[in-house]
Amino acid sequence: MDSNTDISPELMFTETDIGRRNRFVENVFKIFFFIMTCLMILPLLLIIGYLFYKALPVLSLDFLFTNPKDNMRAGGLWAPFLGTIYLVVVSLLVAAPIGVFSAVYLNEYARENWFTRIVNLAVVNLAGVPSIVHALFGVGAFVLFAGLGESILAASLTLAIMTLPVIIASTTEALKAVPMSFREACWNLGATRWQTIRRIVLPNSISGILTGVILQVSRAAGETAPIMFTGAVFYKAIAEGNVFAYNITDQCMALSLHLYTISTQVPDVTEGIPYGTAIVLVGSVLLVNAAAIVLRVYLRTRKRW
Amino acid sequence: MENKIEISDLKVYYGDKQALNGISLDVYPNEILGIIGPAQSGKTTLLKVINRTLEFTQDFSVEGSVKLDGVDIYSIGDVHALRRRIGMVLPLPVGLPLSIYDNVAFAPRTSGLRDKAELDVIVERCLTQAALWDEVKDRLDSLGTKLSGGQQQRLTIARALSHQPEILCLDEFSIAVDPITTMRIEDVLKDLKNEMTILLVTNLVQQAKRLANRTAFMLNGDLIEIDDTDVIFSENPAEKSTYDYVNGNFG
Repeated sequence: MDSNTDISPELMFTETDIGRRNRFVENVFKIFFFIMTCLMILPLLLIIGYLFYKALPVLSLDFLFTNPKDNMRAGGLWAPFLGTIYLVVVSLLVAAPIGVFSAVYLNEYARENWFTRIVNLAVVNLAGVPSIVHALFGVGAFVLFAGLGESILAASLTLAIMTLPVIIASTTEALKAVPMSFREACWNLGATRWQTIRRIVLPNSISGILTGVILQVSRAAGETAPIMFTGAVFYKAIAEGNVFAYNITDQCMALSLHLYTISTQVPDVTEGIPYGTAIVLVGSVLLVNAAAIVLRVYLRTRKRW
Repeated sequence: MENKIEISDLKVYYGDKQALNGISLDVYPNEILGIIGPAQSGKTTLLKVINRTLEFTQDFSVEGSVKLDGVDIYSIGDVHALRRRIGMVLPLPVGLPLSIYDNVAFAPRTSGLRDKAELDVIVERCLTQAALWDEVKDRLDSLGTKLSGGQQQRLTIARALSHQPEILCLDEFSIAVDPITTMRIEDVLKDLKNEMTILLVTNLVQQAKRLANRTAFMLNGDLIEIDDTDVIFSENPAEKSTYDYVNGNFG
């Protein structure tokens, strides 16, 4: 009754033709996926390596802490570097609380109805709007209508509008990662929604929420279009070494716009300076992203289920 | 004696789908009422109506009345106070991602208790009642989520007891628990009966036979029969379908 008894035990595990084919296909796909992964990393390494090589002659601490000189043909990056920091910090100070708290509302309180469907639709569509459109909206809403003029504040608010939908999406994802059964258990104990959020949901989703917010730093720092009509300028000298050199009603320089102007608008720039600018921009973004990863790893070691 | 819970003509709809088709039953104080029936019969829905957690589902509606100690629970002011009077244990054990101590102290804290000494007393009492104290008393600071399945289910029961509820609802508590732990919990329930009323939804008809004073048989949203457990499990319950289900001649 057992057909396997006809075959000797050794033969039962010899590879058949089908087994050989399966193994071959298995390897082909494994290698294919591996090559694709390498292709993904390669450009990043090449770009950073090339930039670094070209920028080497100008890179120094002075480069970071002195203003551009000689119509940007010499000097450093202090004014644009500080300007980018201002823009990113102010925009996140606005976008992070609004984004995180509205995601908490949508995910933890709101029932599915026409209102939440419209909000979710708006979030998805807002994320797909090109940045130049955000720029025009910023000019209309903040610079002209709200009367903020071209200023750090107006530019930051424009960036905030741009990063908001992504923060909402990443926060929602982090909240959904907390199992529903935890919430039900709390509700069954007579806990209110807020008590449940405060004691269970937020403590266990904060790492994902923070990571999502921090990753928006790179987006805000890299954008040129939304800031060039709303507050970023071609040139502005500020006090070197003073981190409070800008006022939020001032216009400012920014790394992304600076890189654009010195590469396209200014003739005879020292060759290393645009590359140096790019390295500072990419480097700070990577630094912030690395911080996000470290934070995530640290908080994940404390994962509690 | 007054009935603890009086349910009359209870109908529940999820959207267009009717889950309970007009159920009337009374629950006596300090009894264990077993509720048996196949999947989709409305057992879980019934429990969710009683502690009003059905309200967390989308698109439901409830008709009829449910009275707890004579008070209609759908006309009360504070639904959280209602839930605190009813302990609820769900099929799958849920250790909250907190320490064992904080798991049990969670509910008292949400209602404002901060006194460490009082909380200590509650934690020890509930864990002892749930037959878990001896296993965890030396590691109350470790995570509730790291306990084994059976231990987590006893932790869940301990948590449900932390408000000294008058009613304890158990929804197929033994589904993810080994047989020995199941027996220990069943012994616990026999003791708890002196202090509270217990509603025991179970897929194991023998569990109802072992524990319940009375047993209700539900099928497709109808209450087919409710009677003393001896009668339900006898050769001649009132309905033939009850006899068939209890004896496994069903579906």
